[in-house]
Amino acid sequence: MEYILIIISAVFVNNILLSQFLGICPFLGVSGKVSTAAGMSGAVTFVITLATLVTYLLQYYVLVPLGVEYLQTIAFILVIAALVQMVEIVLKKVSPSLYSALGIFLPLITTNCAVLGVALTVVTKEFTFGAESHMLNLGQSIVYALATSAGFALAMVLFAGLREALALNNVPKLFKGVPIALLTASILAMAFMGFSGLV
Amino acid sequence: MSKFSLVTKGFIKDNPTFVLVLGMCPTLATTTSAINGMSMGLATAFVLILSNMAISAVAGLIPDKVRIPSYIVIIATFVTLLQLLMQAFLPGIYQTLGLFIPLIVVNCIVLGRAEAFANKNSIFDSALDGLGIGLGFTVSLTIIGIVREVLGNGSIFGWKFIPGDGILIFVLAPGAFMVLAYLMVAFRKIFAKKL
Repeated sequence: MEYILIIISAVFVNNILLSQFLGICPFLGVSGKVSTAAGMSGAVTFVITLATLVTYLLQYYVLVPLGVEYLQTIAFILVIAALVQMVEIVLKKVSPSLYSALGIFLPLITTNCAVLGVALTVVTKEFTFGAESHMLNLGQSIVYALATSAGFALAMVLFAGLREALALNNVPKLFKGVPIALLTASILAMAFMGFSGLV
Repeated sequence: MSKFSLVTKGFIKDNPTFVLVLGMCPTLATTTSAINGMSMGLATAFVLILSNMAISAVAGLIPDKVRIPSYIVIIATFVTLLQLLMQAFLPGIYQTLGLFIPLIVVNCIVLGRAEAFANKNSIFDSALDGLGIGLGFTVSLTIIGIVREVLGNGSIFGWKFIPGDGILIFVLAPGAFMVLAYLMVAFRKIFAKKL
């Protein structure tokens, strides 16, 4: 039951892009076409899930026993940067086709705040399940990471679809580019508000 | 470029929010009220000035290939410093801004200035650049915060001057996107000649 709550909450209610505002840079930057948006979502899903697993273990088996939780930010960002680099090298060897598909997006992910955001949320925030609230365990953290990435992909692809349609329309000169994208995002965020209260 | 224009360019010509469109996550997430927006801006400016100075000082020593990870570590150090200082002296604001204080590490503005300015200019110039861009970011966030607070809550910096409830949506997520979009259009219109 808790897993279902985590999934619905992360995908729809607290959507990472439209309600938590994490990872807005790729949201505005690479959402011009549905195919690139899907590619970016794939890369983000991969890295977020892997990074959450590693930082979770780092937090509870290294930082907490040593009493150096204040090094969290530095340790996490280093792990994420190293991880992205490693994923890049491994993918290049193992699956060149996937590598060329994700290619340009991978290095960008290090500075995607969604990755660090999810890693930090998992180890710092208490989640509420009905009457009780507690920190997530390892399994729940992975599910949370996967569900958050699914939410990212959902918002990203929907938004890219809207922007593809928008590209064919006449937009006033001052609104061209980012402002019209933000207005579209605003309406999409309103639609997602319909899910609030679901969990 | 004169020392004075190093500081002032962050407000209009190189405004990080309305022109460069960098650091959107904190811009959208923390501007629910004027005071929150301003605190977030000042926190970022603090990190930006110190990291610019530190990176400018050590830029010659870092091999080119590992410069980005090195910059990230330097930035993360100052962010940790800021976290500890805020926990000690401003626990209320630290609680409100929450996740977005550690996330200054991945703010594109900070890394962007390190890469575009600090690693090839003097320490003093880099400090001025950090100050200019940091204050430009702070002013932009404060303006967004003011608009959202007035519309959403009928108050300004916590001082309520319109009785009754505001238009709630401006404090919520859709309002953030909408206010930023219209302010960006207004900025383009007003400063059309200077951009």
